Amino acid sequence: MKKVIITEDILKVYNPKTIPVYALRHVDLEIESGEFTAIVGPSGSGKTTLLNIIGGLDSPSGGKVWVNGQEITAMTDSELINFRKDNIGFVFQAYNLIPVLTAKENIEFVMLLQHRSKAERAQRVKELLIAVGLEDKQNSRPAQLSGGQQQRVAVARALAASPAFILADEPTANLDSKSASNLLDIMLDMNFNEGVTFVFSTHDQRVIDRARRVITLVDGLVDSDVRRPPIYLPLNNPL
Amino acid sequence: MIFKLAFRNISRNPRRTGITVSAILFAVMSAVFMNSMERGTWDRLIDNIVSFHSGHIQIHAKKYWEEQSLDYSFEWTEALNKSISNINKIKAIAPRIEGFALAYNYSDTSSKGVLLVGTDPEKENNMSGLENRVCKGAYFNKEDKAVLMAEGLAKQLKILPGDTLTLISQGYHGANAAGRYPVKGIVSFGSPELNKQLVYLPLKEAQYFFDAEGLISSAVVSIENRLFLKPVLKNIKAELDSSKFEVMGWDEIMPELVQAKEMDELGNYLPLGILYVVISFGIFGTIIMMTKERQYEFAVLTAIGMSRFRLAMTVWLETVFLGMIGVSGGILISLVPVGYFHFNPINMGEQYSETFEKFGMDPLMPTSLAPDLFYVQAIIVFIITSVLALYPIVNILRLKPVEAMKS
Ligand SMILES: Nc1ncnc2c1ncn2[C@@H]1O[C@H](COP(=O)(O)OP(=O)(O)O)[C@@H](O)[C@H]1O
Ligand SMILES: [Mg+2]
Repeated sequence: MKKVIITEDILKVYNPKTIPVYALRHVDLEIESGEFTAIVGPSGSGKTTLLNIIGGLDSPSGGKVWVNGQEITAMTDSELINFRKDNIGFVFQAYNLIPVLTAKENIEFVMLLQHRSKAERAQRVKELLIAVGLEDKQNSRPAQLSGGQQQRVAVARALAASPAFILADEPTANLDSKSASNLLDIMLDMNFNEGVTFVFSTHDQRVIDRARRVITLVDGLVDSDVRRPPIYLPLNNPL
Repeated sequence: MIFKLAFRNISRNPRRTGITVSAILFAVMSAVFMNSMERGTWDRLIDNIVSFHSGHIQIHAKKYWEEQSLDYSFEWTEALNKSISNINKIKAIAPRIEGFALAYNYSDTSSKGVLLVGTDPEKENNMSGLENRVCKGAYFNKEDKAVLMAEGLAKQLKILPGDTLTLISQGYHGANAAGRYPVKGIVSFGSPELNKQLVYLPLKEAQYFFDAEGLISSAVVSIENRLFLKPVLKNIKAELDSSKFEVMGWDEIMPELVQAKEMDELGNYLPLGILYVVISFGIFGTIIMMTKERQYEFAVLTAIGMSRFRLAMTVWLETVFLGMIGVSGGILISLVPVGYFHFNPINMGEQYSETFEKFGMDPLMPTSLAPDLFYVQAIIVFIITSVLALYPIVNILRLKPVEAMKS
């Protein structure tokens, strides 16, 4: 399988000159296309730091990162922004959406940045709204949506640009268990049916249980990396 | 898309937008109204002063203005008159010969220095409406060998229509000039300056007096509207040989008037400047708040691939739009009083009438509708908002998404 993410000996030290905090130490990872990977570990173990570095939002103190075969650790700020637009989808813990745009416009936004044609945008927005089950909410603004609905729009938006993978930092952290499970269903569904690659961090055991690969961080070190069949299948799995 | 985002963001916080827009609106309205009053009053004053005597434009022989001597006179030929008269927007041309003279009333043995103006009665009347200023006696005509004199001067010399005035001066190239003339009429001027020194002779007789037959010292031009000064000046200059002639606008002829106007305008700029500074600080405060509140949003937008430049542009547009809404509102609202007082000028009443009387005017203050009064405010607000937008722009260019999202 194609390797979409490769990290080589990543080191991240905060405040190196005063009281150094080693957030990541010697992290070597390879993530293949189509994987559904959870990064887990206690609070402060370096999950967010790792996702930010993989996503090119933050730069490591040492080591290199390749995404889709390109070394992002060698890119300038504006190259990185442009690269993120076409290659990486993001879902953050909360407040992902542009408050003044409707659900539909939020999903369309990245495609506008990519200069995609109007017809193509309309088609894809429609598909994605159906995929996240929010056709009837397409004209609602984020403030009119529940937290779970907002996260579903965020997933749709992340997917709109057809990125190589989606990074999600604790996407269910602010959701009740029903909404969390619903969001995970959608993610699993996309992964299973369309081969969308997900890398997400979580400390929710029910979410961890449904991941196919679980990488555990402890004090910035990779403590374990386990691939396994899912315990629960998505609800609408055709199998 | 940038436009859509900018517009939606403006309507995002209606209260804040409302306050900002009203502040700008208030500033623009005050500025337009104050400047318009000021400009209108000055325009009226200048029009009045210019129409008394100097005209909008004067044509002289080269160096006349500097030397103020009849030795720099020139021949006003029919061809010359025609080529200038044909220029667009010119209302009237009066050829004059002017020189200082000593005026005596022999029966009273008093004397005064006067400005003796030889002019064509008909053309002078077209130019300055001199005939309307006759308060005693009658207006003169071309062939008369008689003078008109200003009211103040006549009073000083104790002269009435029908009396004789003796004039002594120096003529062209040092010739002796002397003559005795009956006084045909007394003219009254608003300006005290003019009122105590003007004496008029018909052009032909004045040329004879100064021993300068066929010569004039200046051709005085009035135009339909002061606003056409520049183009008409240019066209006149194009008609004349610049090595022989000098052409001057009223602002060059009366630089002290321009100065007084500018000093007066400065008096307006200070309070308006303070108003704008205060309002700018207010807007700056809301911009800082807006920038702080939207750190997370800016971070998400750069994270998902919106370039910093585009994002900065959106925020700049937003700020400038806000300003322009305020400006449009301010201009529209100001049009009401400015338009009203243009057609129904404010009467300053008795208390000011004396000041205005000096200039022969009613104490009225009309407002001006000059377009620059309005668009200059738009430019000022555009510049202010653009400068204030630098704060979020710099913030966006420096933004570190990871740190911004922590907050
Ligand atoms: N900007 C920062 N400055 C200093 N220390 C930081 C900063 N960001 C994170 N850290 C530290 O780095 C470690 C890893 O943090 P983080 O990646 O946020 O962990 P997690 O997401 O697993 O909770 C923690 O000890 C945290 O305190
Ligand atoms: Mg975290």
